[in-house]
Amino acid sequence: MAAPGSASGPGQANDTGAGGPHPRDRSVSGNASASHPTAAPAAGLVSPGPWRRFARRQPLAALILKRLGLSVGLLFAVSLMIFGGVEALPGDFATTYLGQSATPQAVENIRKDLGLDRPVTERYLSWLGGALTGDFGTSWASRNSVSEQIGKRLGNSLFLAAFAAAISVPLAIALGMIAVQFRNRLPDRIINVVSLAAISLPEFFVGYLLILFFGVKFGIATFPATVYDGMSFSDRVSAIALPTATLVLVVLAHMMRMTRAAILNVMSSPYVETAELKGLGAFRIIARHAAPNAVAPVVNVVALNLAYLVVGVVVVEVVFVYPGMGQYMVDAVTVRDMPVVQACGLIFAAFYIFLNMAADIIAILANPRLRHPR
Amino acid sequence: MSEILSVRNLKIEATSYPPGEPPKTVTLVEDVGFTLEKGKVLGLIGESGAGKSTIGLSAMAYGRGGVRITGGEVMLDDKDLLTLDRAGIRDIRGRRVCYVAQSAAAAFNPAHRLGDQVIEATVRHGILSRPEARKRARHLFRVLGLPSPETFGDRFPHQVSGGQLQRAMTAMALCPNPELIVFDEPTTALDVTTQIDVLAAIKHAIAETGVAALYITHDLAVVAQISDHIMVLRHGRMVEYGTTQQIIEAPKEDYTRALVSVRQTLREEAKDQSARYLSIENVTAGYSNSLRVLHDVSLHLPKGQTLAVVGESGSGKSTLARVITGLLPPIDGKIVFDGETLPAALKNRSKDQLRRIQMIYQMADTAMNPRQTVRDIIGRPLSFYFGLSGKEKTARVKELLDQIEMGARFLDRYPAELSGGQKQRVAIARALAAKPDLILCDEPTSALDPLVAEGILTLLARLQDETAVSYLFITHDIAIVRAIADAVAVMYRGRLVRFGPKSKVLSPPFDDYTDLLLKSVPEMEIGWLERVLSERRMESGGY
Amino acid sequence: MPFKTQPRKTFSLNAIPLSAMIGLAGIAIALICALFAPWLAPHGETEVVGPIWLPMSSEYLLGTDNLGRDLLSRLIFGARTTIFVALAATVISFSLGMLLSFTAAVTGGFVDQGLSRLNDLMMAIPTLIFALVVLAVLPQNIWILIIVMAILDSTRVFRIGRAVALDVAVMEFVEAARLRGEGSVWIIFREILPNTLSPLLAEFGLRFAFSILFLSTLSFLGLGIQPPAADWGGMVKDNKDGIIFGISAALIPGTAIATLAICVNLVVDWLMKRTSSLKGGRGDV
Repeated sequence: MAAPGSASGPGQANDTGAGGPHPRDRSVSGNASASHPTAAPAAGLVSPGPWRRFARRQPLAALILKRLGLSVGLLFAVSLMIFGGVEALPGDFATTYLGQSATPQAVENIRKDLGLDRPVTERYLSWLGGALTGDFGTSWASRNSVSEQIGKRLGNSLFLAAFAAAISVPLAIALGMIAVQFRNRLPDRIINVVSLAAISLPEFFVGYLLILFFGVKFGIATFPATVYDGMSFSDRVSAIALPTATLVLVVLAHMMRMTRAAILNVMSSPYVETAELKGLGAFRIIARHAAPNAVAPVVNVVALNLAYLVVGVVVVEVVFVYPGMGQYMVDAVTVRDMPVVQACGLIFAAFYIFLNMAADIIAILANPRLRHPR
Repeated sequence: MSEILSVRNLKIEATSYPPGEPPKTVTLVEDVGFTLEKGKVLGLIGESGAGKSTIGLSAMAYGRGGVRITGGEVMLDDKDLLTLDRAGIRDIRGRRVCYVAQSAAAAFNPAHRLGDQVIEATVRHGILSRPEARKRARHLFRVLGLPSPETFGDRFPHQVSGGQLQRAMTAMALCPNPELIVFDEPTTALDVTTQIDVLAAIKHAIAETGVAALYITHDLAVVAQISDHIMVLRHGRMVEYGTTQQIIEAPKEDYTRALVSVRQTLREEAKDQSARYLSIENVTAGYSNSLRVLHDVSLHLPKGQTLAVVGESGSGKSTLARVITGLLPPIDGKIVFDGETLPAALKNRSKDQLRRIQMIYQMADTAMNPRQTVRDIIGRPLSFYFGLSGKEKTARVKELLDQIEMGARFLDRYPAELSGGQKQRVAIARALAAKPDLILCDEPTSALDPLVAEGILTLLARLQDETAVSYLFITHDIAIVRAIADAVAVMYRGRLVRFGPKSKVLSPPFDDYTDLLLKSVPEMEIGWLERVLSERRMESGGY
Repeated sequence: MPFKTQPRKTFSLNAIPLSAMIGLAGIAIALICALFAPWLAPHGETEVVGPIWLPMSSEYLLGTDNLGRDLLSRLIFGARTTIFVALAATVISFSLGMLLSFTAAVTGGFVDQGLSRLNDLMMAIPTLIFALVVLAVLPQNIWILIIVMAILDSTRVFRIGRAVALDVAVMEFVEAARLRGEGSVWIIFREILPNTLSPLLAEFGLRFAFSILFLSTLSFLGLGIQPPAADWGGMVKDNKDGIIFGISAALIPGTAIATLAICVNLVVDWLMKRTSSLKGGRGDV
């Protein structure tokens, strides 16, 4: 069993900042436990005296605080990158905005209009200040408030992602357990081959396949997945049936493979053998001896895949013409509507960072070495 | 007396799944049988791969990984375990037969308190109520000499030391008051000075409770202290079976005789040890200023002689080797070799300085590039230091292979195709290829089975006679020191405790640590444990 | 009981399992299509040959697309674009990631810290979101697309490369080479690299499969290859409106993407198992 608490040897500076492995990236070892909670201290500050004393007395709280601090720092750096990157890259927005034939005077006017004539730092600070208070400015394309649009669409996206998560997480864990139970036997091999194929399918392919069969051929599902205010819950659920199914299929295979690896790791540990040699029942072995140690790796797997789900909605929303954040962002990218792109980028990144942080913190909490220091 | 366990015609097979190939079945144990009487201890002894753990676990009808018991019978009283259903087997495990693993650190669940784990089987099988079981656990903690037995159970596994965990695991096995306990190398992972305490505690507890035991180990001297009968195993078959006295004092089979024979002294101690061919002067070293591993160590070694550096884990003996090689420049002090002070850091040393000091590692497995053949491994120093190539190089490689008693047919083998002993011989040849004046040997035999290790030591001694090479031999094994050393340095927690000619260092008057160390090394003699224990009162508070 | 691992000196075809054979065959077919597209395709890449969305027939084996172009011909030409861009992005990302990660691992200290922290930061933003933000600003151009994909992907390569290099660099045979006095070049190329080849090759396959999917996704979103050039993701986008009428033209390039990705993954799976069999194989049964 990996001992995250003791894994901070010299030269082992961990390269697991916040992003765990991208769910699409099968790590070469095929192991789910690639993300160590010790990443936080490795990236942390040079500790002064009082902090070190606090860390020794309350290692758990100290680690969590460090991890929180790291996330805030990362988010700040990401905001800088999203804003600064856009500034540094070539391309004049005013020209893009007006088209190639614009007169210099018109370009000048529009730059003033959009506030592009102010110094960069000033614009960044006012943008960041706005973002912190939930104000992302106005869209260049529609002249509407970005926050208002996001307010409507974020809920839709979260609804879709949450629904997909509610189905895929238990299913993935169950399938992972079945694969472990039948390891090296036929059901495991079938699950292995099918899931290997499934992680190779692009989201849009799965989406259109489902539409063609269930939407068009059989006519039992609705397309496009339109939702609007005042829609009843059951209508809403039936509208998102296909997009949910697509997301589930896409994320399931991956989550299952990682769950299998994580549980296999715990089930083949010597303490599970000890439990077996005590003559305990299968249920007690799993519930009392395997589960407490499997929680951290499995939660880690789930959080990583949820982070992927947040991103996966982008493509699925476009396929199903679903009014969520993803579609909003893709539309904005095609017309180069920067305030919208920046706002959506920051929000997606924030979710991603938050979920990765949650995974690490749960792993820290589940580690008995940290909960009960010597 | 009545038999508690009787095993007949045991056959155990395993299925392995090599990736990309069809599954393979191998026979691990064949035609093994024995009986064990109530309250007696049977020692199972053999090298790695002898099938001793597999046999031990068969007494619980358990096979690891793809291991299956495919033939024979395992009778516990008059019940054949191999015919029981799952529920029947569960009822035996943890109630009538219990298990103590080699690594208690891994075998305890990190998520639960020790006390809860110790009483779990007892309570789940309904042998005692929870409060009664707790009381018994506290009693057992006391019997086993664990510190503060009243509160010991409140701790988590990571909060106690390795020796304590091993005793806690014994308490866990004793708690349900079983008829039989399987001890699977319970002291192998411990340092010798810890081992003796744990061994004594186990022996005391067995006597106290009258439980029968299977005691599995590779160390005949250990098993001689604790068992009534001994069974010697090799390659999954029985070699010899008899009372402990008969096996130790009058072994019948050659293999057993080889195991029993006390290591012969391979070399007479050199008379003049004053020359300072290698001289380590006031070396202090560490990984940072606050983490010092070596404190002010001074040693010297004459040409063509062997200096053994002895110590337990954490004594700093391997760090000393790293300092000599230049991998870890010392914070203070210097290394003088053949009259010149060596640059502290590896990168500042000349090619010839590097050539003259070679190293042999404990794990030959990881010390050789798995992607190179024996020819490349031994040939590289030849081309690197002497610019040899083509036929000349091959001829020299063959010569070296002959010197290590292996021969030209191994030229194009990869390390994975060699046995453990052969790998270590190739590593020795690689060192010899550089025509070194000093070889640092970092526990080169401790990962090998006793007879193989014997061969390596003999080879090293012969090579020293032939080439007048000096050895700095790092080990934790006093028997090896007796066999090969001219001078001995005893290290403890980064400090040099004792240094001088072997005859002086290993004879009284002793300092406290050397005394403890020497007395802790099990001797191939029945009653050794009692003798040592009566000489020193066992301290109750651990160590 | 120790059983030996057999390092295979010779590669006979028998040693390759069926699944990997299928994968290799699929990759070979795609490569042939890409290399010989003008000779294999019955019609031109952008040539309008008939009415739109014709069903499969003997004349147009896969039917026609939303503008009346031959779908099979576009699929064959699309293989060229898709594989070229994905492969170019993978090669660049791999070279960049490897160079930086091995430098970080061998140099250590400040360089390692700096590169690793920068990498953490890049990885804190989901790849697709990062690409969307960057592509919103940059002009649309195939080389810019390749570079963006390569840089984003190199963060993953860096992470694996550094881990693998550190893993091997602490092995005793590397220490032995260092003690012998070998230089960095020998240590990296003769001691470390041969032992990391298998996992790195597997990683290359993974990155390639990911690149194919990523490029297709970008093209599907209208941000990748620009029309009229044929590429598989773009072809899905072109033909997606037919789905609602029950016309499956969009699924054909979709199938091509999925098949190629599966083939690559099958080969990768085999490579990974080979890696683990070389690593392990000791230990008790």
